[in-house]
Amino acid sequence: MSRTREQLAARAARELQDGFYVNLGIGIPTLVANYIPHGMEVTLQSENGMLGMGPFPYEDEVDADLINAGKQTITEIAESSYFSSSDSFAMIRGGHINLSILGAMEVAENGDIANWMIPGKLVKGMGGAMDLVAGVKRVVVVMDHANKHGQSKVLKSCTLPLTGTGVVSRIITDLCVFDVKPDGAGLELIELAEGVTLDEVAAKTEASFTVAADLKS
Amino acid sequence: MRKIFPDAKAALEGLTFDGMTVMSGGFGLCGIPEHLIAGLRDSGVKDLTVISNNAGVDGFGLGQLLGTRQIAKMISSYVGENKEFERQYLAGELQLEFNPQGTLAERIRAGGAGIPAFFVKTGVGTLVAEGKEERTFNGERYIMETGLVADLSIIKAWKADGRGNLQFRKTARNFNPMMATAGKVTVVEVEHIVPTGTFDPDHIHTPGIYVDRIVLTQSEKRIEQRTVRQRETA
Repeated sequence: MSRTREQLAARAARELQDGFYVNLGIGIPTLVANYIPHGMEVTLQSENGMLGMGPFPYEDEVDADLINAGKQTITEIAESSYFSSSDSFAMIRGGHINLSILGAMEVAENGDIANWMIPGKLVKGMGGAMDLVAGVKRVVVVMDHANKHGQSKVLKSCTLPLTGTGVVSRIITDLCVFDVKPDGAGLELIELAEGVTLDEVAAKTEASFTVAADLKS
Repeated sequence: MRKIFPDAKAALEGLTFDGMTVMSGGFGLCGIPEHLIAGLRDSGVKDLTVISNNAGVDGFGLGQLLGTRQIAKMISSYVGENKEFERQYLAGELQLEFNPQGTLAERIRAGGAGIPAFFVKTGVGTLVAEGKEERTFNGERYIMETGLVADLSIIKAWKADGRGNLQFRKTARNFNPMMATAGKVTVVEVEHIVPTGTFDPDHIHTPGIYVDRIVLTQSEKRIEQRTVRQRETA
C-alpha cells in the first residue's frame, strides 16, 4: 500500500520542529501546512515576501494584495510580517530558513535535484526553486516514487537539467523514506510505508541504496 | 507637488524610446503597475527589454505589451501563465532570459545600490551557471551575477506623499522597492496620495529620493488563484 497525497503530507509534517521557519513548495508540500502538530510553533515563509502565512481567507476576507508564492489568496496571522523580494531571498540564501519541503521530477543519490525544466517542453522558469535548494539549511523532497510512466524518480544521476547539486537531505516518497548521506556517500533507506516491502522498493528504485540497521516499517 | 502627474500618459511623457529597458514591479498580478503598463502600450514604444518577475496573463498586465509585440526580450523567473508569451517564444519572436527569483531580486537591488556584480551559490552546477565566472569562498562554490539597471522603472505602491515617499501594502510590495532604486527614472502608480507629513518617517518603505513621478490610479487588482475556505455553520 503506497501512501496517498494526504499521507505523504502527514509524513512530511514529521520533519517539522518547534521554532522552525519553513518554506513549502507547490503541490503536496503545500498540504503539509494542514498537519502542523497542535501547539508546535512553525512559521511558514512565502518567497513573494511574507513570514507567518495564514490559511485561505473566507470569501469576504479575500484581498488581492495578499497572496502566496502559488498566487493563491491567503490571510495574515498574529506574527505575520511583510518584506520585499530581495529581503525574502536574503532570508533564503542567507541560511535563515530551517527547512524547505519541495516536490521534484528527479532526485539523484548524491542529493542532486531536478524540478524545473524538461528539454523539448515549454519551460516556465525556475521561480525561486534554485534559490531555495541552494540556500535553505535542510531540503526535504516529497514526491511519488515513480513518474507516470512507472520509471523511478530516485536515480543514480539526474537526466533532467538540475535545480541544484548535492542539496537534498531526505527523500519522502509514497513507498519509503531515504536519507541522502553527506559528501556523496549515497542513499540510506530509513523507512518503508505501511505494507510496502524492501523488495518492492528495490525493484522500483534505480538508485543504489543501503538499508538502515533500524529500518522502520 | 511637482512629482504628481494627472494620469499615466502624462506620467510617461518624454520617458519612452524604442529599444529601452523597463523594469516593471509585481509578483504574478499582485502589485503590478496596471495603468503604467497600459500607458506604455498606448505610447507605442517598441523593442522593449522588460525586467519583471513574471509576464502577466493574456490581455492583462505585461500580457498587454505582448499582444502588441512591443516586447523584444524578457528577463524573468517564471512566465507560466501566458499563452501569447508561449506562442511568441516558441516562434522565436521573443527573447527570454530566466533568472532564479532571488538572483533577479538581488541583481535589481545591486543595480540600484551601485554594485556591478556579486557572487551567489544559487545555480552553481546548473544551466544558470553557464558562461559565468565561478569562485570558491570558504570552501563553497559561487557564481558571479551582475547588477541590473533600467532606463525606466514602473512600479505600484499603496500610498505616496507629494515628495514620493512610499508605503506598500501586504505582499504587493515584492519587487517594487528594489525596482524603484534601479531605474534611471522611476514612475509609481498609487491608490492614495496623502499630504506630505502624514507618514510617520519611521514607517516609510521607500524614501522619495527614488521616485520621480507619481500618478493616482484606481487599480483593478485581478486575482489569479482565488482560494477560499468555508465558514463552519453553527
